[in-house]
Amino acid sequence: MTDRITRRELMRRGALGGAAVSLPSLLAACGGGIKSSAQTTTAGAGAKKDRSLSSVFRFSNWPEYIDVDKDGNRPTLDQFEKKFNVKVKYIEDINDNDQYFGKIQGPLSHGQSIDRDLMVLTDSTAARVKDLGWLEPLDKSAIPNIVNLQDALQHPDWDPNRDYSLPWQSGMTGIGYDPKRTGGPITSVDQVLTDKKLKGKVTLLTEMGDTVGIVMQAQGNDPAKVTPEAFDKAISAIQDAVDSGQVRQFTGNDYIQLLPKGDAWVSFSWSGDIVQLQADNPNLRWNLPETGGMIWTDNMLIPKKGDVYTACTFMNYVYDPKVAAQIEDWVNYICPVKGANEVLLKQDPGVAKNELIFPTDEMLGKVKIFDAKVSNDPDYKEKFQAVVGA
Amino acid sequence: MELAQDRRRLAPYLLLAPGLAWLAVFFLVPMFYLGYTSLQEGSLELGYTFQWAWSNYTDSISTYRDQFLRSLEYAGLATLIAFVVSYPLAYWIAFRGGRWKNLLLLLVIAPFFVTYLIRTLAWESILADEGFVANLLRHLHLLSANGRLLATSVAVVAGITYNFLPFMVLPLYVSLEQIDTGLIEAAQDLYASKLRAFLRVTLPLSLPGIFAGTLLTFIPAAGDFVNAQLLGTPRQYMIGNVIQSKFLVITDYPVAAALSFVLMAAILVGVAAYARALGTEKLTG
Repeated sequence: MTDRITRRELMRRGALGGAAVSLPSLLAACGGGIKSSAQTTTAGAGAKKDRSLSSVFRFSNWPEYIDVDKDGNRPTLDQFEKKFNVKVKYIEDINDNDQYFGKIQGPLSHGQSIDRDLMVLTDSTAARVKDLGWLEPLDKSAIPNIVNLQDALQHPDWDPNRDYSLPWQSGMTGIGYDPKRTGGPITSVDQVLTDKKLKGKVTLLTEMGDTVGIVMQAQGNDPAKVTPEAFDKAISAIQDAVDSGQVRQFTGNDYIQLLPKGDAWVSFSWSGDIVQLQADNPNLRWNLPETGGMIWTDNMLIPKKGDVYTACTFMNYVYDPKVAAQIEDWVNYICPVKGANEVLLKQDPGVAKNELIFPTDEMLGKVKIFDAKVSNDPDYKEKFQAVVGA
Repeated sequence: MELAQDRRRLAPYLLLAPGLAWLAVFFLVPMFYLGYTSLQEGSLELGYTFQWAWSNYTDSISTYRDQFLRSLEYAGLATLIAFVVSYPLAYWIAFRGGRWKNLLLLLVIAPFFVTYLIRTLAWESILADEGFVANLLRHLHLLSANGRLLATSVAVVAGITYNFLPFMVLPLYVSLEQIDTGLIEAAQDLYASKLRAFLRVTLPLSLPGIFAGTLLTFIPAAGDFVNAQLLGTPRQYMIGNVIQSKFLVITDYPVAAALSFVLMAAILVGVAAYARALGTEKLTG
């Protein structure tokens, strides 16, 4: 526990203390928000029209995905509790999209509550949950700050008007490693999968889009438009690496325990995590493979029977640029909220150099979104699961 | 008078009723449902329909043969090791424990006060590549310079053995503790050596404990997936990992259900053969 607190202390970088939270609107900058017509058309359908906050707000999220101060408190959540007099029950129980889906599909498919008001899932899984009808539509009248949503994220094909989802963070998938152990930078996927020096020290991700997507690019194929041949070719390269003992494990977010301990030397990993780990393990590095990495968005979603108004009030709260900046400064992913970067730059100019929060054009040119159709196709999934070992 | 007699005749059934009801609701109904599911076809999105799809069974056996065999192998090894470790321990507690018996038994089950997952995760730290144990073994040249403990079959079998050890110790202890020491003394009075007395008297009398202990260890071990997932690599995955992934990741319920049935059948056959080999009448004590 102590090492986590140290990390948090180091990660604090000053911004937290000063950020007096002012809520909402004052939608200063930026036009181009989502048109209000969207609100009226769908938001009302089936949503509970209850405009009172519930006493407890239950929020499932991924580990290391919200700001934490040196005392182990979570300022963003604490400020929300104080401001709205709602108790936040924050549960870091999402380690892997499929695993979490497996956990919630039982109750949700039988119309039962999963005792959560908000959960964060990556695009393809979010799409799947939405198509299954397991989400409550947003009450956009409670989210005036939705105008702060980055333009590029406003119309994903699986939820074109953002009626059911709002991005939490975007991030990139690349290679995390410890150069002291590997003996230098790791930028080649081939090296990760075949270099004998790394045998048994490599972890890949259980997220199909991340692992297959990176390998496909290394083979010169486009993961945004997956063909069966290209997919199979990537699978067979991964299978070879498993059979040879090169790959130690497929992990969800839990590589964050393996890398610092030296159980893994090289991990396919998510951009922000490594920066957080660097506080205690300054050796660790993260970069995109030279052949390209992946980009994705995690979305806030309200599961059926969740409290829509409270969840939307929270979404509105975190879409205040100041609050978003406070989260951003700690999690080091790409912020979906307009204006947050400006706030962040003012408070903590040092982060402007952080390419994970402010990716360069060169980096953005090297990342792809994985083919959504393939993500939820059982045949592809089964092939990938067979490699993962089950 | 007749009423009282009726009541007496009914009493055993009334006493059985809660247990039977429990079994019916929580065993038979789910079993039936699982069997029904295993013959369906479809997907979560499109719905599942009943098709008498026996191919779920043949496919699952042929596709996951390796994982089946590995499960039986790991569970068998773990059971054997647990037995070898547990028997002397249980013997010692039963015959030499004296007034410390209860404390010693408490120590055996003490790890159970910590959740299964945490206990297994603890092994992940203990066996870590750069952890104390691995470094010591390397120092002693028992482990090659780039060898490792974690993420190997050894780690998985060790994890299973550790996690199920109390299930072996407790039944062994109970059966050993019940042995009338007078019988052993009698054997020795009749000029049996200590070893002979053990082999002819103590061991046969503890057979029910051995039987119960091996079953209580082997059956859950064969279906385990946590140890393989946390302490192994994909090359160590067991049938439990496959079933877990089919149910929760791929959401292919029919094949998952079929796999569960195949595992159950394999275990049942194994247990029947085992009971037969040991001699059923001896097992009831």
